[in-house]
Amino acid sequence: MTAVNLNDLDSSTSLVEGLDSTKGSGPDKVFRWAAFGAGLMVLVILALITITTAQAAWPAFSVEYFTSATWIPSAQEFGMLGFLWATLLISFIGILLAVPVAVGIALFATEVAPRRLRRSITTVMDLLAAIPSVVFGLVGFYVLRAPAQDLFRWLGDVCAGIPILNRIFGEGSSGTSILMAGIVLSIMILPIITSISREVFDTVPRNDKEGALALGATRSEMINGVVIPHSLGGLTGAVMLGLGRAMGETIAVTLLIGGVSNPPITIDVLSASDAMPSAIARYLSESAGTYRAALIGLGVTLFIITMIINVLSRKVVGVFDRRIKGAA
Amino acid sequence: MTATQTRSSVDERLKVPRDVRVSTIKGSRFRRNRIATIGMVAAFVLAAIPLLFVIGNVVVKGLPVVTTKFLVSDIPNNAAATELSSDCDTLRKYDPTAEGDDAAPVEKPQPGMGRAVVGTLITTALAALFAIPLGILAAIYLNEYGKQSRLARFIRFMTDVMTGVPSIVMGIFIYELWIVRFGFPRSALAASLALACLMLPIVVRSSEEMLKLVPNTLREASAGLGSRTWKTTLKVVLPAALPGLVSGSMLAVARAAGETAPVLFTIGAINKVAAAKTITGQSTTLSLQIYNMITNGGKLSPQMAWGAAFTLIAIVLILTTIARTVSARFVAR
Repeated sequence: MTAVNLNDLDSSTSLVEGLDSTKGSGPDKVFRWAAFGAGLMVLVILALITITTAQAAWPAFSVEYFTSATWIPSAQEFGMLGFLWATLLISFIGILLAVPVAVGIALFATEVAPRRLRRSITTVMDLLAAIPSVVFGLVGFYVLRAPAQDLFRWLGDVCAGIPILNRIFGEGSSGTSILMAGIVLSIMILPIITSISREVFDTVPRNDKEGALALGATRSEMINGVVIPHSLGGLTGAVMLGLGRAMGETIAVTLLIGGVSNPPITIDVLSASDAMPSAIARYLSESAGTYRAALIGLGVTLFIITMIINVLSRKVVGVFDRRIKGAA
Repeated sequence: MTATQTRSSVDERLKVPRDVRVSTIKGSRFRRNRIATIGMVAAFVLAAIPLLFVIGNVVVKGLPVVTTKFLVSDIPNNAAATELSSDCDTLRKYDPTAEGDDAAPVEKPQPGMGRAVVGTLITTALAALFAIPLGILAAIYLNEYGKQSRLARFIRFMTDVMTGVPSIVMGIFIYELWIVRFGFPRSALAASLALACLMLPIVVRSSEEMLKLVPNTLREASAGLGSRTWKTTLKVVLPAALPGLVSGSMLAVARAAGETAPVLFTIGAINKVAAAKTITGQSTTLSLQIYNMITNGGKLSPQMAWGAAFTLIAIVLILTTIARTVSARFVAR
């Protein structure tokens, strides 16, 4: 009982709640129920999303739907693996490019930058997060496509003779491709990964950091020895949240991935493909019957995958939070 | 110096070892530290480049297009714009009221994004109208009533999860429920519902954080004077948290204003909005127009899209800046 936890103190002295013993007087009751109803709305909306979309997609769901990569609407063949693969591949590229930069910026902001510069880092990240997806798509489509085409062709030529690389970087026929979508995606998910990484790094106890420095560690040794090991759990959560964002990103990817009707399962990142949300955006308004159900099925699958990723990442961050609080 | 010393962060305190390092630390360790620092700075520069590139492009290509006329004139028909491609000066001479057959080749008004500007403002405002009161009320439940109860914790968790739901799923949801199931027409209203679904979790979480910042002593003082929770919340807690609530909501609004995917199937995407039906009729937004301009092609499309992008970014950045200013003042107080 020597160290009183702030939370315990809080609940034991909550006088406001004590006064609530005579519940049920007019306005208070109404207000309480209104607030409660609003709180429940979140759950209601999530349930409605699940039920409505799943019902609409139901006619398309079958074993083939989840195990085949053949998507030929005219032949009523719907296997979503091609779209899933493309979504995973561009998200993977996005994460691969974004995470080192995001962690670098977050370390810079928490460990190196002076106070004034720190604020401008926040501003840059906020601005980047504020730019609408369609504007990234616009700049990518009108400005970057031509130079990207030249660059990708050159990359394809250079890698043509190298065993594994010539599979990954095939013949770059056009600027809009998996790699292009992945690169733009990495810029778009950078802010969220950076801001969560910063929060995670901020929780590293100052004692540990100063202890390392007092033992003669340089700043990079302190970061490697104290900050990173302490933050691994939180960073995992940050990466997963970024992954969830990347998978659901629609418009910029739609404009930049090229768009093919039956995306192949390929590791050639210079080829055109199509992601799950992009296919919905492209075809839903002109589809009917099973085709429409199949497209909505892509949305349902995406919804479920992102929900799982989000739940897991929140749990990871949550466990991590508790561990820090327990240790402190 | 001493006054700031107590509040100074870790970095300032690290200045002592920095001096030690120069004198005693071995060269390779020193170099590795240098490289790590340079890497971190490079990461920041690497993130700033795309930001400057995107904003620079939009300003350079969009600003010349955006005039007051652009902001109020009608949107050109894409197909017609392609037909007129031989005319170098299409932007000035093109007539948006001519629908093919009886196009009058007289003095033509400049095409613009008027309807999209109106549509963006209306759908975003409606979405804010739905999501912000509901979100703040939900936050009040979480912070003032539910607290750490199991249900409140579950709602909090699901709200976090809901922020990660892809925006296009919100679009499909409203499309299926509102338009297919209930049979309502595509409209600005339907689009605003989808945007409201997107905004709701953001508003709830940011509002709850702001309510948390209100000191408990204020609540206890109010209770001590005999107020019930509802009166304490409305008269004491909400006014105290108001700037924070405003800034959190504004950020959510800014996010919704730029979204395309939830609007795609729900708004109708027509170029000419019937003036009497700005809410219940089909409409369009700036983000959707940019998308349509790119995918449909046409001679006029690039200019129109850049102009729309400039307008959209201006709207989003104005909202974001207001939010930042308000919240900065809130924190300073």
